[in-house]
Amino acid sequence: MVQYKWKGIFLAGMLLFGLTQSIQAQNVINGKKIYETRCLVCHQADGGGVPNMNAPLDGSTNVVGNDISRLVKIIKNGFKDKVELDGNYYSNDMTPNPDLTDAAIADVLSYIRTSWSNKSSIVTLAQVKNANKGNQKKNSK
Amino acid sequence: MKKIIYFLFLFLFCIGIFANAQDNAGLTLPAGFKANLFAENIGGARHIAITKNGIVFAKLNRANKQGQSIVRLEDANKDGVADKITGLANYGGTGIYLNGNSLYASSNEAIFKYELDNKDEVLNPLSPVTIVSGLINRRQHESKSITFDKANHIYVNIGAYSNACQEQDRTPGSKGKIPCPILDSAGGIWKFDGNKENQTYGDGMRYATGLRNVVGLDWNTQTNKLYVSQHGRDQLNTFFPSLYNDAQNAELPAETFYEINEGDNAGWPYIYYDPSQHKKIVSPEYGGDGQKEGASNFINPAVAFPAHMAPMAVLFYTGDQFPAKYKNGAFITFHGSWNRAPLPQEGFFVAFVPFKNGKATGEWEIFANGFAGTIDGAKVTSTNKAKARPCGLAQGPDGSIYVSDDTKGAIFKISYNK
Repeated sequence: MVQYKWKGIFLAGMLLFGLTQSIQAQNVINGKKIYETRCLVCHQADGGGVPNMNAPLDGSTNVVGNDISRLVKIIKNGFKDKVELDGNYYSNDMTPNPDLTDAAIADVLSYIRTSWSNKSSIVTLAQVKNANKGNQKKNSK
Repeated sequence: MKKIIYFLFLFLFCIGIFANAQDNAGLTLPAGFKANLFAENIGGARHIAITKNGIVFAKLNRANKQGQSIVRLEDANKDGVADKITGLANYGGTGIYLNGNSLYASSNEAIFKYELDNKDEVLNPLSPVTIVSGLINRRQHESKSITFDKANHIYVNIGAYSNACQEQDRTPGSKGKIPCPILDSAGGIWKFDGNKENQTYGDGMRYATGLRNVVGLDWNTQTNKLYVSQHGRDQLNTFFPSLYNDAQNAELPAETFYEINEGDNAGWPYIYYDPSQHKKIVSPEYGGDGQKEGASNFINPAVAFPAHMAPMAVLFYTGDQFPAKYKNGAFITFHGSWNRAPLPQEGFFVAFVPFKNGKATGEWEIFANGFAGTIDGAKVTSTNKAKARPCGLAQGPDGSIYVSDDTKGAIFKISYNK
């Protein structure tokens, strides 16, 4: 009986693991589609960007880093500031995407954080919602 | 057996080295021309200038590891490769021009003047004279390319800090501003006195307007006219997907090469040039639908090139080394596109524009190709994968031409020997 119990827990665990994996995979698949229609033109098919003009996403410390709220904000509002990114500067303004849903933002972030040489974590809908709350607070200050 | 394989590899390796020396530095050229690497890895080299003694000065986009942004390259043993490399200055930028013994260089806001001694060494590396300052630099299209006429006037491009003068830059559906306020201080060519110190906008004049971003410009000394090459606007499909699809955007608008007279208006942001309709078309930000023609007072290009290839430098060839057809024609470097994605990128070559009786014929041809270094000349899909991107152009005293690359900083020397 004890044996069966452990087997059951093991199987349930496997099922849960598989399920999360497929959710993650679906996240990334959806994200790839969004990337191709919105982001690829500037950031390029290989995520490498365009030297001095459009920032690379592949290998970018900001993209794979932990500041999810900043990434969410940039996708929503675009980007116009002159900042150094991994030792380089990029001159083009980034297009805002105010019409992207939180789920779509989670998907596209999941894609760019796990594609090319990037091996970071995916981003969940809850994380994007949290980031929005944080960004709103910052804005209202 | 192992030994045989070993020797076979050694043999192939030697062939490889030999072929490398014979392969024109990876470039494809017309018959009779050869190319070699004059320098490598000097840092992103924008425009270049060459003295009558053959010393090459390259302006770097950013200061290199030595903290220098103008590199002086000398080929002391005359083997076609720079062997004495020094540097000066610390500001990044694009423009560099030799006017007699004066060397002019630009940052993204200002133009400075240095003097050379009779060995082409810079006499005042730490104390250049500021000729112009305070030019607009708002990140986009910040390069300040320079050229001179015969009367010692500087012509400088001040690029528009915008794609299409939308109320919100690069934003879907955002309307164009009427009139476009950017044109007061950018989006054109300004003319200044080449000798007068400390000039700014009030001292110069707007020589031509309606030019989004000119990186390449040169004075045609044969006809006494300014010629400029414009980077056309981006992303028609991104912002107006109901009017343009990806394939249409890849071919619109033309990259344009203009003969400029004082007061000319090339029409940015109100129109763009459609190379297949041969027409100036009203920009969608200003009510255009891809067909509606723009005002006729905007000038027409002398040559229309395929879209997005990014012309970086113009050089009127006045040497005697190349065959007669090249004399007084224009070479133009193309940096290579990014906005043709998701379609393959184009450019990454040097084009030649033939002139007849002082006018461009309207034709053009690829002169030197292969800078991107793709296998078997395959198309570049992501711009950052190009190994070299042609940028600056200059003519050496023997009539060879030099092409700079602003990725890692190679300088190619191209010569003709029948």
